[in-house]
Parts: sequence; structure tokens; C-alpha cells
Amino acid sequence: MCIRKWLLSSACCAATATALGADPYPSTYHAPASRPTLIRNATVLTGTGTRLDHADVLLVDGLVKAVGPGLSAPGNAWIIDAAGRWVTPGIIDVHSHMGVAAAPNTSSLDDLNEATDPVSAQVWAEHSIWPQDPAFATALAGGVTTLQILPGSANLIGGRSVVVKNVPAVTYQAMKFPGAPYGLKMACGENPKRVYGERHQSPSTRMGNVAGYRQAFIDAQAYQLEWDKYQRELASYVAMSAARTKGKDAQPPTPPHRNLKLETLVGVLKGEILVHVHCYRADEMATMLDLADEFGFKIAAFHHGVEAYKIADALADKGVCAALWADWWGFKLEAYDGIQENVALVDRPANSCAMLHSDSADTVQRLNQEAAKAMARGVRAGLDIPPERAIRWITSNPARSLGLSSRTGSLEPGKMGDVVVWSRMPFSVYALADLVFIDGALRFDREHPPAEPASDFMLGQPGATEQP
Amino acid sequence: MRAAGLIACLAAASCAGASTRAADFLIRNATVHTITSAAPLEHTDVRIHGKVIVAVGKDLAAAGATVLEAGNRPLTPGLWGGLSTLGLIDLPGEADTADASQGAGAPPWHQQWRPEFDVTLAYNPRATVVPITRIEGVTWAVLEPASDDSILGGQGAAVTLSGDYDAVLAGSRSLFLQLGGGSNKLSNGSRAGGYMLLDQAVREARAPAAAGEMALLHPAGREALLRYLDHGRIVFDVQRAADILQLIAFAQRMGIKAVVSGGSEAWVVAKQLSRANIPVILDPLQNLPSGFDQLASRLDNAALLHRAGVTIAFSGGYARGIRQPAGNAVAAGLPWEVALASITRTPAEIFGLGSIRGRIAVGQAADLVLWDGDPLEVTTIAERVWIAGEPVTMRSRQTLLRDRYLSRSH
Repeated sequence: MCIRKWLLSSACCAATATALGADPYPSTYHAPASRPTLIRNATVLTGTGTRLDHADVLLVDGLVKAVGPGLSAPGNAWIIDAAGRWVTPGIIDVHSHMGVAAAPNTSSLDDLNEATDPVSAQVWAEHSIWPQDPAFATALAGGVTTLQILPGSANLIGGRSVVVKNVPAVTYQAMKFPGAPYGLKMACGENPKRVYGERHQSPSTRMGNVAGYRQAFIDAQAYQLEWDKYQRELASYVAMSAARTKGKDAQPPTPPHRNLKLETLVGVLKGEILVHVHCYRADEMATMLDLADEFGFKIAAFHHGVEAYKIADALADKGVCAALWADWWGFKLEAYDGIQENVALVDRPANSCAMLHSDSADTVQRLNQEAAKAMARGVRAGLDIPPERAIRWITSNPARSLGLSSRTGSLEPGKMGDVVVWSRMPFSVYALADLVFIDGALRFDREHPPAEPASDFMLGQPGATEQP
Repeated sequence: MRAAGLIACLAAASCAGASTRAADFLIRNATVHTITSAAPLEHTDVRIHGKVIVAVGKDLAAAGATVLEAGNRPLTPGLWGGLSTLGLIDLPGEADTADASQGAGAPPWHQQWRPEFDVTLAYNPRATVVPITRIEGVTWAVLEPASDDSILGGQGAAVTLSGDYDAVLAGSRSLFLQLGGGSNKLSNGSRAGGYMLLDQAVREARAPAAAGEMALLHPAGREALLRYLDHGRIVFDVQRAADILQLIAFAQRMGIKAVVSGGSEAWVVAKQLSRANIPVILDPLQNLPSGFDQLASRLDNAALLHRAGVTIAFSGGYARGIRQPAGNAVAAGLPWEVALASITRTPAEIFGLGSIRGRIAVGQAADLVLWDGDPLEVTTIAERVWIAGEPVTMRSRQTLLRDRYLSRSH
């Protein structure tokens, strides 16, 4: 065997196992070429906490080129008069199951939970995504440009999430957000212990849940050590080969057998995969923060934290985001203490990172309204939450939790041209997304709806384009 | 100042729920949405005596009444919360707290239809969800039963969210049935079987002697069903256009008063629904092809039905959140006044309560809500709520949690 070739392939394996390196299911998304676009004379919520009245937004080559008053446009620019309208960054839903729990809700499209093993870190949500889910298009009409698609919460560790651009595509690879870090879905509380407890297997209790997470990360640490040892031996072998000092009988080290489950968990330990934890109760979130410290990783966000308001300071101190609903509560005991001021209270401390999320193909269409409700309840409780602050809950804060702050979630020069032009102040039940841009390309235009549905599934269905 | 008396009353826990007070209230200077007049009545007063509205007009006399200055803010009737399991379920996953659905585990080949099942007997006015809902301006709802064993859920009725034990609103009793693909397992494997079973039940009710060994109904059930067949109201949960047409034909054949609930594809058969005078209770947010019965779902279903002359009311999601679907229906083309009527007057009329609730008019129940803005807007909050003339204490388990943690950190 050619040693050089062997080394290359082995180095490749090592890279996939211990560092994320090349994605074996790479993004093929490319933003289409777009005309320079100048959106003029709008009220702009930049996503950075700023509101600009009578301001312009210039998109060039798919990026935000400039934001401010009186911008001049290149000669070939499309100029949009947005007087009376509002402009925000594209909305990011940090908790979606679109494509993996698609409409129609048939058993054949239920690809949400690999509920056969409480630790299924080896599964990747993207391998369940059905790109023809009609819900992508309805979310786009609500201004949603980026989504994190997660596995469900039946398992302690449900698998990898994936971040996608909300563009119609035949493959999920053509939706994958280029370069976005992967996420890991974990779940606290009632769901895992119910699913496995009913089968008389572990976990059947909350203490069983925690033992399950700990064992998984202990296994990951051991796996990481195996690979570290291999890498050291390989480096030494390569060095000896180069120096021609190795003995005649010296053999290259054998790489450890790849373990998909532990590979993903090692990615978490190395900080390359971001952790998103389904967790309702304050006490359980505190346990998970300790778990993260025990194993030396960071939690990017808690999702569904209906009790996050009880530990708002701790979350802000740790820099952990919280993805929340405006008013869902009471559908199980761990959701019993939900209050409508949750988002506003989580938002209150310095360095907080409150977010609205949907977990629903219905709610995702109206995340602006969800933010509006949360804002109104906060204001009513005496907190100072202007629209320019609240918009962060569905734009820059989710971008932060996904490790994409430098790329999307705000209207700043150099950011992706992910932009929504709203018919009016977006925190209103009557506000509609008029225009939605993704990477500078117009993807939705309320005035000119597509003649045919984007989803192949909806094509030719009675009702899809039928006129009353 | 008389308003001070109101504030004192609002602070007292005994204020809500008690029904001994006979003092009058005068809500002065409100924008009154009567749900009957073409435009809201600005700078208008509403006087409450006991449990009912006794006057609506400008510059009403204040003598003998506790006065609340409304600052020309919107005043609407108390909202209905839709078809609901509110007060029937504390936690859906905990069997001993969940009473909305009947089921004896009968095998599908030997069904037991229990129309005598009356879910309102399980209603708990002390459930935490009741104050959580009423402080949002939702003062009544219709309790909807279901069944795990058959397509016949049982009887439900409207209840007031006053917190009183005696909560059922007389005259609103209705029978609930489910049709379509979602109930195939309960109708001999096919939606067509639903009509076969319905026919069988009707025969048993009308001619008890015809019931054989495998009767669907018990004697009490036959009596109950017969009442609904004669002049009762039967609410059919049905989504697909073709199924709605079959239901219309069935209702006409049997001479029953039918109401469609769900109706995702109702817009397709809007003309037929209008002609048959069958109202539709729908969720205006239903726009996804959630199942094969709902492939033609669309956001302007409500607007299209209204344009065709169909009576509509809204239901969906949390009872307290009913304003959001209504507001979205407006964004999808429904006139604002119709959307507000669809969560006040229209459901009251559908459930036989139109003469006593759903509007602001003399003789109507004094269920009223004063809002801090457009009542259909998501940023609007209910400031004051009255149920049967009583000011509601604006406190719930959730506001107590809020207040505890609002003051605890920082």
C-alpha cells in the first residue's frame, strides 16, 4: 500500500472523527445572482438594538452594503419605495421541525425522533428533512429566512441539528446554511423519562436522565483520548518516516474504529458543535449548566424554558440563550409555571439572550406577533422594551445562539442580505411581510405570489391555486 | 370619587365570583363595540345593574352607580374562548386530571355510543386556567367532549368563566360528533362507515324496537339522541370539502340542526353551506395541508366564507388567545367588525345564547371588557373585565408568579 495515500486517507478519517473538517454532506446552496437593491425611506430596525427612521438599506452582491439615510444606489439598482413600511433582518427560528415532521402529518413523514435509544447522538436531523414540506413556503411568507431544524425530544441526546436557509430546493444540501456550525439536541425532563420509562428501561426518572447524559459524555471523553493517543502515535510515525529514522518493522498506528455517536459528542466537547437543550424547569436547567461545567462544554441555548424567568440572571451570567414561547403553558406539569412575561424577564439582565422560537409550523409564520405579545407583556410589567430591542429576540439573538452572529441576524455592512420589508410596524397582528430577501435575492413578494406552489407535493393539488 | 370604591372592590378577593352585590356600575366614556351598530359608539356610557346591561347611551345618569372613567378606550362584550376543554383538563397526560374525553375501551366492532355522556358535569370552575383565561377578557366558552371509542363525543355546553359552580349557560347544550378520515378507526375503517353508524343510531333512537343484540345505544342514550334529532344542535368536526357536502345532505335528510367545526376546506363549498344555513366554527390560522382532509387549507378561509354569506365563529389554540386568530383573519381579508363578531355575537347565536350574550345592548349579560387598544391587536391587553356585572379581580396564578419573580431578581 502506498504509504502516502494511506496517510492521506487516514488523516481524513482522523479529521472527521475528532474535528469536523470537511462535511460529508456538504452544502450546495448558492445565493443566486441578484440586482443591487436599495430599500428607501423605511423605518429600519437593525437587529442591533437601533431604530433608524427614514433610512435606506442597500443590498449589493447578496450582502448588506450600507444602512442609513440618503444612500445612493448604483445605476442598475432596483429601488423600492418603503415609505411607511418597516425593514428588519430576516427572521430566524431557532427551533423548527420542518421537513422532519412535515405536513401532511402522515406516519410516513414522521421522521422526528429516533426513539429507539435514549442517546442517539449518531443521527443527523438533515437526513430526515423532506425539502418538499409545504411549511417552508408559508414560513417564508412570514419573513423567516433561516431555520434550525432539530430532532425531537424523545431522547436524552436526540442527534445533530442543522441550520438551513429557507429557500425552495430539491435537496436539503441545497438549503444548508454554508459553514453554519452543527448543533446537538438534548432534552430534559418528562419526555425522555416517559418514552423509556414506559418501556421499563432507563431513563424512567429525572435522576436517570442525568445519569444518561453523564455516561454519554464519559464515553465521549474516553473516545476522545483514544483518538488523541492515535494522533500522537501517527505524528510520531510520520515524523520518523520523514526523518527516515523508523525501524524496518515499524508499522503505522491503527486508527480507532469510528463511532458516529461519540464523534458528535466529541465535537461538543471540542466546542465545535453547539448544544441546544429542550428544558422547561428552572431547577433542571441549573442541573444542565452544572453538567456542562462537569464536562467542559458550553450550552448555547435552552429551548422551551417556560421557567427561564426564575433563573434569568444565571442564564445571562453564563451567556446562555433561552428560546421561549410568548404564552404556551400548562400542557404538562413541567410547563405549568409558564407566564406571559417570561421573555421580557429573561431579556432584563445585562448580556441576556432571549429569543422567541416556534416549535410549530403554524407559529413560525407569525414570530413577529409572538415577539409583539412578549414585548407588550414586558412593557405592561414596567420594563422598557422598545421595538428595536424586541426585534433582537427573533433576529440577532437567535443568530448568536447558532454561532452565526458575524453572518446574519442584523442589518450591518457585510452581513448576509437577509431582509424583510413589512407592510407596517411588524409588532402588529395586521403586519404582513411584503418582501423577503435571502442573500440579497428576492424570495417572496406578496404583490406577485408565485403562479405555482413551491412544494412539488402541493403542485396539482386541488386548492393549491384554485380560485374560489 | 366613586372610582375609589371600584378600586377597593377590585382589591378584595371576595369581589369576583360572589353574586350578592346589587350595586350598579357605570362605565363612562368608552368606545362601545355593540356588535350591532355599523360603527362603534364613541364617548358612550354603559350602565350595569345586577347581572345585566340596563342602559347604553351618552351622558347616562351616574346616580347610585360606581363610575369607571373609560377614557374612550374600547369596550367590547366578553369574548368567547372557542370550543374548549378549559376546566376539564388540568394536565393532558395525567389521567386523573383529564375529563374531556370518554372511553370504555370498547372494541371497534362492538361500539358503545353514549350521547347521554355530559362533559359539563366534569367542569371545575376552580381550575387555575379559569382566572388565567378570564383576565384576558374571555368570559365564556363552549366545553367540547370527545370519545376514544366512537365518533360520538357526547354532550357539551357553554359555560361562564365567572368561577361560579353553576356555570352552564342554559339553552346552549349541544351534541358533538366527528366525521372524516381522522375517525376512520372508529367508523369501520372508512369515513363512509360514519354515516352507516349514524343511520343505525338514528334508527335505534327513533324506533327502539329495531335495536338488535349489537345496539349502539343504551336506553338513556336513545332518549338523549332523540332530543338532539328533534330540535337539538349537533356539532360535526369535519374538514374535507366532500365530507362537508355529505354532512349537508345527511343533515337535510334527517332534519337536524348541524354546525360545522374545523372546516379547513369549507371555502370550497361555501355556497352550499350558505344555502343550507349551516354555520362554520373554524381556526383562521389553519393554512397548512396538515392532513389529507385539509389539503385545500388557506388563510382566507374565513374571509371567503363570510363573502359567500356563511355564518362563522372562531376557535383554536388557547381560549385566552382567541383574539390573535381573529386579528389574523382581518389581515387575511375579513372585515374587522365581522372578526370581532366571530368571537362574540356569532358564537352566542350559534349556541342559542344570542338574546342574552355576545352584544352590548339592554338586557344582555353584563360580560364586558375594557381594552387598552384595538381588541384584536396582539399588543393590546384587557384592563378591566366584568362577568355578569361583577368586576373580575385581575389576578391569576400566573400574575402571582410574575409578581414574585419581577421583584425577586435585580
